Amino acid sequence: MEPILTKYVREPNSYTLDFFLAHQGYEGLKKALGMQPNEIIELVKASGLRGRGGAGFPTGLKFQFVDKKSEPRYIACNADESEPGTFKDHVLMERNPHLLFEGCLIGCWAIGAKVAYIYIRGEFYHVQKVLEAELANAYAKGYAGKNILGTGFDCDIVIHRGAGAYEAGEETALIESLEGKRAQPRIKPPFPAVAGLYNKPTAVNNVETLCNLPAIVTNGAQWFASLGPEKNGGPKLFCVSGHVKKPGVFEASMKTTLRELIFDHAGGIRDGHQLKAVIPGGSSVPILLPHELDIPASFDDVQKAGSMLGSAGIIVMDETTCMVWRRATCCTSTSTSRAASAHPVVKGRTGFTRSSRASRTAKGKCATSTCSSASATTLSGRRSAHSATRRRPRH
Amino acid sequence: MSFHPLMVYDSEHFHKSERGRLDEGKPFEFTRERRAILDDMLTKYPPDQKRSAVLGALYLVQEQEGYLTASGMRHVAGILGMTAAEVDDVATYYVMFFKERVGKYVFQVCRTLSCALGGAERVTEALSEKLGIKPGETDPSGLFTLLEFECLGACDRAPVVMVNNEHWHERVTPESCSTLVDDIKTRGAAAVSGCYLKVER
Repeated sequence: MEPILTKYVREPNSYTLDFFLAHQGYEGLKKALGMQPNEIIELVKASGLRGRGGAGFPTGLKFQFVDKKSEPRYIACNADESEPGTFKDHVLMERNPHLLFEGCLIGCWAIGAKVAYIYIRGEFYHVQKVLEAELANAYAKGYAGKNILGTGFDCDIVIHRGAGAYEAGEETALIESLEGKRAQPRIKPPFPAVAGLYNKPTAVNNVETLCNLPAIVTNGAQWFASLGPEKNGGPKLFCVSGHVKKPGVFEASMKTTLRELIFDHAGGIRDGHQLKAVIPGGSSVPILLPHELDIPASFDDVQKAGSMLGSAGIIVMDETTCMVWRRATCCTSTSTSRAASAHPVVKGRTGFTRSSRASRTAKGKCATSTCSSASATTLSGRRSAHSATRRRPRH
Repeated sequence: MSFHPLMVYDSEHFHKSERGRLDEGKPFEFTRERRAILDDMLTKYPPDQKRSAVLGALYLVQEQEGYLTASGMRHVAGILGMTAAEVDDVATYYVMFFKERVGKYVFQVCRTLSCALGGAERVTEALSEKLGIKPGETDPSGLFTLLEFECLGACDRAPVVMVNNEHWHERVTPESCSTLVDDIKTRGAAAVSGCYLKVER
């Protein structure tokens, strides 16, 4: 499949406005502003675009759920990419920032928002500098701000720097952080579509999700859906890292199997070693073994195999990796301050790390029981867990 | 019980009275330039939501003082219409704010899985040996601090070392880190190159 989002990222000046305009840049926005907002929402729904941040929720529905009676409405772009093993938004923002702006503007037009906040993680300082410089160019040329492209549509884009909080990747936590509070998730409902940022209707979308909007508007829903398997349409960015020869971000259809991604796109395992295990979607999802890799890398197929595609951060490990050490490393990362607000993560961590340490001293007895609680306390377990912690009196 | 980032959860001897309190620091006021930056930042949010700029304001305090001081945070609270406790609440949550005095150059080594697979532990050991300090410590000259950090989001270029919250050094090795330290000692901040689109993949 020919890349769509990352086609030009290797060109030296791909991030500039001139380059973007010379390669059909802002064409999607022009077309979108000629359509009714409802038409765009229907188009996105028909395309089957699913959120690329991890949960895979249909984006069209998210836009539709935004309460259209309440003013103002907001788009919050989730650029707090902090799931270990994920670095796709980093590449998109660093090398193709205007595509993100275009996506934000189309999203704003669709839900009737006047401001899009891009919440970028604090560590991406150099990426933020690129975004800010290019945003200034977009404003100067009339692609953002007042009266965009002479259509009378006003929309501001604001770049907001986070300060290091893993939890801010969760949508309600991101909103809390944007409001100047601790990045701790809220109890849902109410969902952000009804009461989000400043208690106003908000659509929170991942960078990659918004970057898909221009192509959908330009080429149509049918085209987009046909790029992948059923209900998993469109191009997808996969981040392959770990013990592979050519780690990097690869754009592919979700029809591609995990094995092809690792062995064809990423060049296979480093010389003289064999594959031992693969984490298919960031370090909080269950691992897959070498014989389980012949499945399409789509949200549904990976889930059927007992794991999750999540944010598509594929971490590959060869036979030199101790699985107990791996578990302990992941536990440390979720238990340090960045995720420390999550009660089960904290509680579970003490258990994991202790048993991991114990089993490492016992030479190789694997702490398998702790791994099952890992899946129970990450992602899916998070929401209910937070409800529990938030209801406690806080001292 | 609330969850505090500085809390040591698996310590047997932890007591809440051991929680760090922030250093009072010098009497604080933003320089005129930084105040102008903050005022500009405030225009980006609705007028009744000044609090949204708190992270930006705290970055400015950190830039001016090197770390967050209690007097700096009170100043921010005054400008943004928050209480000092609310600012403290926010500041102590986020890991990119230094709550105690740190060295002029802070090395943050990413230790999450992809970097760990790429040898981040070796890098930390090398830096630790070179600087004569353990992770989490500042060397006696006050020039370097060594910290471990969680995923920076550049797993394809592992291992990554971030310097001063801003500059990334990618695909580092124990040797290149040691060279970087020597370089900083001789050339100062000029040696910290970071990755501002200089390195093509």
